[in-house]
Amino acid sequence: MPPAYLLIALLGLSTAAYYFGRRKAFALSGRAEGAAKLHSRPTYHGALTALWCGIPALLIFGFWLVFENQVITHLVVKELPEAIRSLAPDRMNLVINDIRNIESGSFASQAAEPAIQAAADHYHRLRSISNHALAAVSIALLTAIAVLVRGRITAGLRARNQVEAILTVLLVACSTIAIFTTIGIILSVLYEAIRFFKVIPITQFLFGLDWSPQMAIRADQVGSSGAFGAVPVFLGTILISAIAMVVAVPIGLMSAIYLSEYAGKRLRAVAKPLIEVLAGIPTVVYGFFAALTVAPVIRDWGSRLGLDVASESALAAGLVMGIMIIPFVSSLSDDFINAVPQSLRDGAYSLGATRSETIRQVIVPAAIPGIIGGVLLAVSRAIGETMIVVMAAGLSANLTVNPLKAVTTVTVQIVTLLVGDQEFDSPKTLAAFALGLILFIVTLCLNVIALYVVRKYREQYE
Amino acid sequence: MNSPIDTAAAPEPQRTIDIVNRSLKRRYRAERRFRFYGLAAIVLSLMFLALLFVSIVAKGYSAFWQTSIRLPIVFDPAVIQQDTLVNADYAALVREALFKKFPQVDGRQDKRQLTALMSSGSVYRLRDMVLKDPDLVGRGAEVWLLADDDVDMLIKGHFRRDLPEAERRVSDKQIAWIEQLESEGRLERRFNTTFLSAGDSREPELAGVWGAVSGSFFTLLITLSLSFPIGVAAAVYLEEFARKNRWTDLIEVNINNLAAVPSIVFGLLGLAVFLNFFGLPRSAPLVGGLVLTLMTLPTIIIASRSALKAVPPSIREAALGVGASKMQMVVHHVLPLALPGMLTGTIIGMARALGESAPLLMIGMVAFIVDIPKGFTDSATVLPVQIYLWSDSPERAFVERTSAAIMVLLAFLVVMNAGAIILRKKFERRW
Repeated sequence: MPPAYLLIALLGLSTAAYYFGRRKAFALSGRAEGAAKLHSRPTYHGALTALWCGIPALLIFGFWLVFENQVITHLVVKELPEAIRSLAPDRMNLVINDIRNIESGSFASQAAEPAIQAAADHYHRLRSISNHALAAVSIALLTAIAVLVRGRITAGLRARNQVEAILTVLLVACSTIAIFTTIGIILSVLYEAIRFFKVIPITQFLFGLDWSPQMAIRADQVGSSGAFGAVPVFLGTILISAIAMVVAVPIGLMSAIYLSEYAGKRLRAVAKPLIEVLAGIPTVVYGFFAALTVAPVIRDWGSRLGLDVASESALAAGLVMGIMIIPFVSSLSDDFINAVPQSLRDGAYSLGATRSETIRQVIVPAAIPGIIGGVLLAVSRAIGETMIVVMAAGLSANLTVNPLKAVTTVTVQIVTLLVGDQEFDSPKTLAAFALGLILFIVTLCLNVIALYVVRKYREQYE
Repeated sequence: MNSPIDTAAAPEPQRTIDIVNRSLKRRYRAERRFRFYGLAAIVLSLMFLALLFVSIVAKGYSAFWQTSIRLPIVFDPAVIQQDTLVNADYAALVREALFKKFPQVDGRQDKRQLTALMSSGSVYRLRDMVLKDPDLVGRGAEVWLLADDDVDMLIKGHFRRDLPEAERRVSDKQIAWIEQLESEGRLERRFNTTFLSAGDSREPELAGVWGAVSGSFFTLLITLSLSFPIGVAAAVYLEEFARKNRWTDLIEVNINNLAAVPSIVFGLLGLAVFLNFFGLPRSAPLVGGLVLTLMTLPTIIIASRSALKAVPPSIREAALGVGASKMQMVVHHVLPLALPGMLTGTIIGMARALGESAPLLMIGMVAFIVDIPKGFTDSATVLPVQIYLWSDSPERAFVERTSAAIMVLLAFLVVMNAGAIILRKKFERRW
């Protein structure tokens, strides 16, 4: 039985268990008195039966699927001929992949070796045994528990309390997923990054000026030696983010000021959602726009002015990224400007200040911590933005601050290093995780500072 | 605000009102300037938005029409034998029809150029026709067949006819043939059903978005079925049950942080944990859905919490007052009232997940996949990644395909967001 059908069957059986338990409860209560004799309403007895049956069955189902592959692979490898088993680990992985591909039939390999073919058959047999065993075990367990729980249902059973206790545990478990995600990110990125730093010293990575991650495939190959000095990559990221902020901060801030202080109700009702549409557009669309519309225009203008503009200039990517970030800056600034108490405005007006003087000398200074928090969040957004730079910025790691040249960014490098074939023992692949670690740490710091500032600011006027 | 006064030049003491009046003109000018900057900023951002949409639509709308050529095809029994219906040489039928249409064409070079007018997909079209109706064999029929993408680009005006021949992808002879076909009414732009029903292809005229749309559908189904229950449960716990202590503070900080972590980092997590550690299949909607679940969870939790916060405490107190347990109070009274707000947040989170591509690049959903995925573990790609892949293709025809795919993606997003807005308008309640 394929796992998907088994899952449906298990859910169906749990539902059946619900009615099974409820019927028992009704039967206990008897006709005359109704449900009054019971401690809990019969639905709770049903729910209790269903939970007791469903949760263990699903747990077994999940664990089985997680470990099934490893166990079967281990068994298959043990049966392989000695010649194949003594291969190096990376070659071994290829063989295992071959076996799996043949087994799943997705891959008509050119006349597989008999040993491999036999292993694939063996794999297939084991998998079908495993599937059947899983189905048998989980269904048997479910039924056994259903009967057991049914036997324990009595009029005095505190079914509601037990159901609620189980539900509370489930709720707590769900809320901790955020923590596990963070731990997962840190562990996975850190683990691979440490492996990288064992090969390439961390100082060389952080302060080296040369980035060319192509490794030599053969030992005697000339040229691609693999240099992992990430400074040009960091500089490119900073350059593009800076261009984006130069576009986004003035436009975002001014439009927020105009919308909250000057605009009438009608303009506000139209313009505010429209500007926020900019935030809802997928970044891949911006990337396409940057690469095919903005970049050629900039290059044309540049050549008309006699400037030498790269076709993948930092300016195009930064400009479009700035457009994407406008709504972040404007909606956050809008919130903070609106949070400034009216009394401050009234005070400034009563002293004879014009509206713009009030805004520039009273409201903006009062809102500045919040605005800075918003801008920091926008910066972290710009640094982590991927698709625009992948499509519109280059791959060549130039050490330059000239916005007309092509630069590369952290995210672009992560994508190019990890898309395609990956070898998890080559520094080239691991470098992506080192870059990911830096990216995570930097954005984390920016976010923590920004959230702290914003929270402090909110408290100030509450 | 008081301008500096030259005290030496002023013989008698001035009244404040004079100083103010003198500076007033300058201050009003500054006021007008400031106002203008604000308006300019809004106009500028709206212009960007308009430019974006106009450029995409202008590039992409033509992809919904595709050039077809009507050819009198003879289903020659000599070519199609009864036992080889599936793999008969249908290309020969197309060639025959073309040579009969243009009997003056001679020489290998010219003949090859002539057959290059037709898409390589016309073979499958003819095969499907014969398989559906085997009686066609031995008869003739007028059949609309897809033209090659170069012909299509020429007809749509993306290749200029006045360029020197060497710089064109379509030769002078081919243009003459095309013009002849056009004058006979054998060449037409017809609605492009291939684009909406096919999977990816290396040939632009055969490439479609349906494979990517199905991939997106399976991915989002996983995301929705995991992130909605988990997100709501987490929000309920944090908002209704949890005591405020270090532990819940830690969870809160984590959720707020995860909401701002770059999406590509989630891709790294998916690669390291789901693919390398658990050994789940690459390029599968299952893994894509899991990664997007982790990514959208914070959005849904935050939205659900604010929906729960909006339910007034009097409801809770009333429920507890008539003897409901805390769980009953939440499940029977608070959740139903907060559900519209939670759903709105979920739809917005799903819309974000639909547009997301960076983390999916990490887990191998960028492969070139022709087949339309049928399940959660088939190799698949999603709509935004398809857009990324096409935007990299060198053929001119893929530019309009990319824009058209963007239009499809934006259409889905508009529908989802409109749904969220309607939901909010309909169920919004002010207490």
